[in-house]
Amino acid sequence: MDDLRELYQATILEHNKEPRNFGKLENATHEADGHNPLCGDSLTLYARVDEGGRVVDVAFQGSGCAISKASASLMTEAVKGKTIGEIEVAFGRFHALLTAPPGESPSTEGLGKLAVFSGVREYPARVKCATLAWHALQAALDAKGETAKTE
Amino acid sequence: MSFDVERIRRDFPILATKMRERPLAYLDTAASAQKPKAVIDAISDFYSSHYANIHRGVYQLSAEATRRYDAVRKRVAQFIGARDPREIVFVRNATEAINLVARSWGEAQIGKGDEIVVTTMEHHANIVPWQMLAARKEARLRVASIHEDGSLDVAQLESLLGPRTRLLAFTHVSNVLGTINPVAEITAMARARGITTLVDGAQGVPHGPVDVASLGCDFYAFSGHKLFGPSGAGVLWGRHAILDAMPPFLGGGDMIERVSFKGTTYARAPERFEAGTPDIASVIGLGAAIDYLEGIGMANIAAWEHALLVHATEALSKVPGLRIIGTAKEKAAVVAFVLDGVHPHDIGTVLDGEGIAIRAGHHCAQPLMEHLGLPATARASFAFYNTPAEIDRLVAALEKTRDLFA
Repeated sequence: MDDLRELYQATILEHNKEPRNFGKLENATHEADGHNPLCGDSLTLYARVDEGGRVVDVAFQGSGCAISKASASLMTEAVKGKTIGEIEVAFGRFHALLTAPPGESPSTEGLGKLAVFSGVREYPARVKCATLAWHALQAALDAKGETAKTE
Repeated sequence: MSFDVERIRRDFPILATKMRERPLAYLDTAASAQKPKAVIDAISDFYSSHYANIHRGVYQLSAEATRRYDAVRKRVAQFIGARDPREIVFVRNATEAINLVARSWGEAQIGKGDEIVVTTMEHHANIVPWQMLAARKEARLRVASIHEDGSLDVAQLESLLGPRTRLLAFTHVSNVLGTINPVAEITAMARARGITTLVDGAQGVPHGPVDVASLGCDFYAFSGHKLFGPSGAGVLWGRHAILDAMPPFLGGGDMIERVSFKGTTYARAPERFEAGTPDIASVIGLGAAIDYLEGIGMANIAAWEHALLVHATEALSKVPGLRIIGTAKEKAAVVAFVLDGVHPHDIGTVLDGEGIAIRAGHHCAQPLMEHLGLPATARASFAFYNTPAEIDRLVAALEKTRDLFA
C-alpha cells in the first residue's frame, strides 16, 4: 500500500473528491475538449485570457479517474494569473516530473503543489491521465478558429 | 473436483513471477492468455531444430517445416469440429479474420441497400470492419440489442432479419458481460432466411469445447493468443464452398496458381488467403497449445472456470458499493464491475500495486459502454490456471481500494 499512498497522496484524493474551478466558465475566451480514448476520460477546459495574454480565469468539467480529475483541479489553481508563456514552462516541468526515469529523483523546482504527482512516474500507464487537462489547456490556448471563442 | 490447479500453475512459468514485489495474480486472460511451457518449448524447438520457410523449399528441412505447419491445420480443424482442414485459414488474429471476410466475401456479396446485422455487445473488431464495408457499399448496419442482464434480445434480433439482410455477425461470448450467446439457435434463424453468419469466437474457443458443425455458422474467427498460444497466429474457419468462391484478400506469394503479366490465377482456399510467409512458428505454437489444452480436456477447463465464476460472483457481490455488469444466466468466467466513487482506472492501479492484473477501461466495446451508460468498467477474467485464493485476494484489494477513496 506504501507505493499507492505515494501515488494517491492526500492532496490528490482531496482534489478528486472536491475539484476546484469545476464547472463551465461562462465568459471563456478559449475552450477545448480533452479525451483519453484508452480509458474514456473526457473533460472540457475553459479559459479567459486577457489582452496581455494572461489567463485570468480557468475552469474545467467532465468525468475521469482520480488522477485526471485532481490534476485538472490543481492545474487550474496553478495556472490562474499566469501568462501563456509561463504556463508552457510549468507544463514542461510537470511533464518532466511525470516521466523521470525510475531511480532518478526528479526536480520539483517551481512546481509547488503539483509536486504531489511525483508518484505517477512509477505508473507509466497513468501519465496520460495526469497530463490530460494540460493538453486540453494547451489546445484551448493554441486554438484558432473553430474551438477558440472570442467575446 | 479432481482438478489439480497447482500442478497446472507449474506449467505456466510466468505465474511464479512477481508484479510490484507481490505474487502475480493474473486476472486478465480475456485480454490475452498466458503461455504454458509446452508452447514456449515448441516454439524454441521449432526455431532450434526445424525452421525453414514453408511451401517453397526442395530440401528436407523445408519439407519438414511445411509438414509441421500443415499438421497444425489438421489439428485446428479437429479441435473445432471442422470437417476439412482446407476450411482453416491462418491469419494473425480474430481481427484479421473478420477483416478478411469483410474485404473478400463482403466486397463480393454486399451491395447498395443490403443490411448487415451485428449486436450491441460486439467488440470493435466485429463492428468497425462492417461499418467500413457498409460505408463502401452504401449498405446499412443494424444493431440487435441486449436485455438488462446482458443477455442478447434474440426476439428483437430476429425482427431485424429482413429480405435485405445478407450477413449476421455476432460474438460467441461477450468480452465484457461474459454472456454466452445461444449460437445454434441464432444461426438457425439466419439459415432459414438464407443469411450468412459469422461468429466472433475470440472469447468462445478458449473456455469450452467448440464444434462449428453444431454451432451452424458459416464463419468462425478466433485468436491463438487467447487460446494460450503465441500472439501472431489466429484462425478463420469458413465453409469450404464459401471460402473457395471468395476473391483473394492480400495478393502475393503462396496465394497464386500461376502469375503472368497477362493475368494471374489464384490458389484455392485456404492458400488463396495466406499470401506471403506466415508466422510459421506461432502456428506451430498454436498447435502445441491445442495439444496442451486437450491434455487437460476442454470440458474440465469449462467446469473449473465455472466454479471460479460462481466463487467470484458470490465474493464480489459482498463488497459494498460494487455492482457486477452482466449477469446473464449463461456466462463465461468474465466479471466486469464498477465500484461506487472509484473510477475503474484507479481500481486497476490500486490492484496493480497489490500484484493483481485486471483490465480497466472500455474493453474495445465503446458502443456497449454507451448502451450501459458507463464510461468504463473494471474487469476480472479467469482461466483454468486461476484459483479461488486469487479471487479472495482480489476481493481484499477491492476493500482496500474502497478505504483509500472513502
